[in-house]
Amino acid sequence: MTDVSQARKQSSASAPGQGFDLAKLLLEGRAFFALIVIIVVFSILSPYYLSVANFLTMASHVAIFGILAVGMLLVILNGGIDLSVGSTLGLAGVVAGFLMQGVTLTWLGIVLYPPVWVVAVIACMLGAGVGLINGVLIARFKVPAFVATLGVMYMARGLALLMTSGLTYNNLGGKPELGNTGFDALGFNRLFGVPTGVVVLVVIALLGSIVLNRTAFGRWLYASGGNERAAELSGVPVKRVQVSVYVLSGICAAIAGLILSSQLTSAGPTAGTTYELTAIAAVVIGGAALTGGRGNIRGTLLGAFVIGFLSDGLVIIGISSYWQTVFTGAVIVLAVLLNAVQYRRRSKLPASTGGQPTSQQRGKAEPANPAQGKTAR
Amino acid sequence: MKPAADTAPANGDAVLSARNIVMSYGGVHALKGVNFDIHRGKVTTLFGENGAGKSTLMKILSGVVTPTSGDIVLDGNLVTFSSSSDARDRGISIIHQELSLAPNLSVRDNIFMGRELRTRTGLDFAEESRQARALMADLEEDIDPMTLVEDLRLGQQQIVEIARALSVDSRILIMDEPTSALSATEVEVLFKVIRDLTSRGVSIVYISHHLEEALQITDYAVVLRDGAITATAEARDIDLEWIVRNMVGENFDLGSPPTDHEFGEVALSIEDVSVIDASGSGYSVVDHLSLDVRAGEIVCIYGLMGAGRTELLEAVAGRMPMAGGRALLEGEDVSRLSIAQRIAKGLVLVPEDRQRDGLVQTMTVGRNLSLASIEAFAKGLFLSRSRERELVEDSIRKVTVKTAGGNAMIGSLSGGNQQKVVIGKMLTTNPKVILLDEPSRGIDVGAKAEVFRLLSERAAQGLAVVFSTSEVNECLSIAHRIVVMRRGRISAEFGASATKEQIMAASGEAVVA
Repeated sequence: MTDVSQARKQSSASAPGQGFDLAKLLLEGRAFFALIVIIVVFSILSPYYLSVANFLTMASHVAIFGILAVGMLLVILNGGIDLSVGSTLGLAGVVAGFLMQGVTLTWLGIVLYPPVWVVAVIACMLGAGVGLINGVLIARFKVPAFVATLGVMYMARGLALLMTSGLTYNNLGGKPELGNTGFDALGFNRLFGVPTGVVVLVVIALLGSIVLNRTAFGRWLYASGGNERAAELSGVPVKRVQVSVYVLSGICAAIAGLILSSQLTSAGPTAGTTYELTAIAAVVIGGAALTGGRGNIRGTLLGAFVIGFLSDGLVIIGISSYWQTVFTGAVIVLAVLLNAVQYRRRSKLPASTGGQPTSQQRGKAEPANPAQGKTAR
Repeated sequence: MKPAADTAPANGDAVLSARNIVMSYGGVHALKGVNFDIHRGKVTTLFGENGAGKSTLMKILSGVVTPTSGDIVLDGNLVTFSSSSDARDRGISIIHQELSLAPNLSVRDNIFMGRELRTRTGLDFAEESRQARALMADLEEDIDPMTLVEDLRLGQQQIVEIARALSVDSRILIMDEPTSALSATEVEVLFKVIRDLTSRGVSIVYISHHLEEALQITDYAVVLRDGAITATAEARDIDLEWIVRNMVGENFDLGSPPTDHEFGEVALSIEDVSVIDASGSGYSVVDHLSLDVRAGEIVCIYGLMGAGRTELLEAVAGRMPMAGGRALLEGEDVSRLSIAQRIAKGLVLVPEDRQRDGLVQTMTVGRNLSLASIEAFAKGLFLSRSRERELVEDSIRKVTVKTAGGNAMIGSLSGGNQQKVVIGKMLTTNPKVILLDEPSRGIDVGAKAEVFRLLSERAAQGLAVVFSTSEVNECLSIAHRIVVMRRGRISAEFGASATKEQIMAASGEAVVA
């Protein structure tokens, strides 16, 4: 006992004292360094890349993915996945567009034109509703997250197409006499020169960061994502946490939908197709583990900026969109590869300083049956 | 204690010998220079308590792990096994304690898993079925080879596991607790098969906690304690008492029951509780069991694997549903409350498997310690970092966790210290009743003593402690009362002055014939 704990003490004391470990620093700050490299490389390749105007434009593109990614991060921290966010984004945009055209109540013979803030609230509630369906399917009925959100992804997209018969709402401006103008503010207005979308992203990220780090909910989320059984036995309301993350992810998707349709000045039923994958990529590039329990807002934002700045940069220097897809994919693969390296390192550390020597535990850690191990080969 | 070298029998009839095997895990010696012979065509039984190193030794002999040092001699030749399949190719098979079957496959497919019989174009299913049926006939078990393993009873699954080991025509067969899930008749059949195998020259290594049962079948007895062989003998020269004496050895002092305090009111009252087996077989793992525990009292629940201890504790803590009965905490029925509500009322559980159920591996020591008492340092919506730090530091000090600090990752701690974190986490909620399921599992003797000291201190302050164990010594340490469980019921209750033999007899471990 004593010799083990002493050995451990030494190693844990020396670990922080190792000082400047370049490989470790590069590994842990990889999303940040990747972003710097991207900015430097494109600034050299194109004279237009490094300018405030371009950065703001790119940032407002990033805002959409960033907001989706923050919601996605919550789900992934819980050990889940939300494939429905792209469709939810589209559906929320279409519903907003529909409301902006006025709601005809035939039996009363009137047409209601709700003000923009009401439209926004309804869209967010819709997003929350979609998330609630996901959450209940997963937490209550034990449907695997992948399958549940895949199904909801199709349903939400289908509903958006049904509502518009596949067409797009182009008139989102509203009329002053109807009191429903201002929808374009989300996409075009600027606060101290910063696009509204980016401001919204910053606010959501700050809120998310506070929730994750400073509230009981955040702690519950990290705990239940890290080990649901242990969290439950410690009194964490794991089901409630699980439902909540999908609701929050749905709300984030709806907000992104509002901003996107405002930026595009149109609400189309196919908006946001495959955006869920971009959001997942941003979270993964940001260092979160798909197994849950590991990840943070800062990393996720960096991940969103890496993807956004990379693809916009490729557009600016005039690389074909086919190559853009290849590049983006390569970045994602690299990110996941580095995640694996990082987490393997971390899990190996304690083992080398003296794992537990009891027969029961070792029995658990090793493949129970050598014959099965052989089959796998 | 003398090294075992001079007590080992002559090498003449040993088919496989372990010579001076040392196995270390990061400075902890699981095996300390073990000499072990497997006798040709005989049954050699390895006795020892949990954690004595039996399974480690068997894993070395079957090629699953490589020893730190030492030699393995097979038929007089020095050998090294590169893997378990290497060992199997040399005729050594092992039946593991934990079942290693694929429940979604048929009995036939499980038996031939990894060494499927082939024809020129594919698999020879007909021949596989024929052989599987023959094996089942040998084992006198009426199981159709096409039955899915998940549809079988646990005992029948065990039979399939045994059939798989038999199917490779091993010369040496290692059986690690093969009877733990078998009925009495199935055990009889297994013993008949074992006798048949030895008459055909197969050498058997047998491990079992059912000492009496093992004594019936074995030819040689070897006792392992704390990683060293303490005694070897031929079965005809020994009796049960000899085994127990050598297994347990001189008592390591795990403390004695705290006596300088009075018990309070009944803190936990378990009334007529039944629990149905989670695998859906419909069989009661806890069968109308009642138990009262008073404040300040330490109760030990002793029983063999499968006696229903874990299920009882988990049902009381709210982890498993009760099929009947109720649990009262200080007179208030808590059976309908959620786990979180029970914790808030003061009823907590330290689970058996700390890796799976106790710790969040992705979080730090401090966050694990504070996880069950988040309310204690929440200010409105937000968590108070300073109050959390105080709570964590206080907890680390009280349960004497050896760690670099609250910010160290939980994986950097030793097993004993991880266990203290799990216990500390629950003690931080200031419970009235603490249930601990095998709290000493997988921790060394020093840490064990510290855990027990901690529990007796808290009991003296009025905490009701219920812990389960499968090691008799632990029951005889700090417990005021020893409750023996057998097949879901309480088979006996003893005071602190009970003897090992009494307790083991009541558990069914050593039935005096």
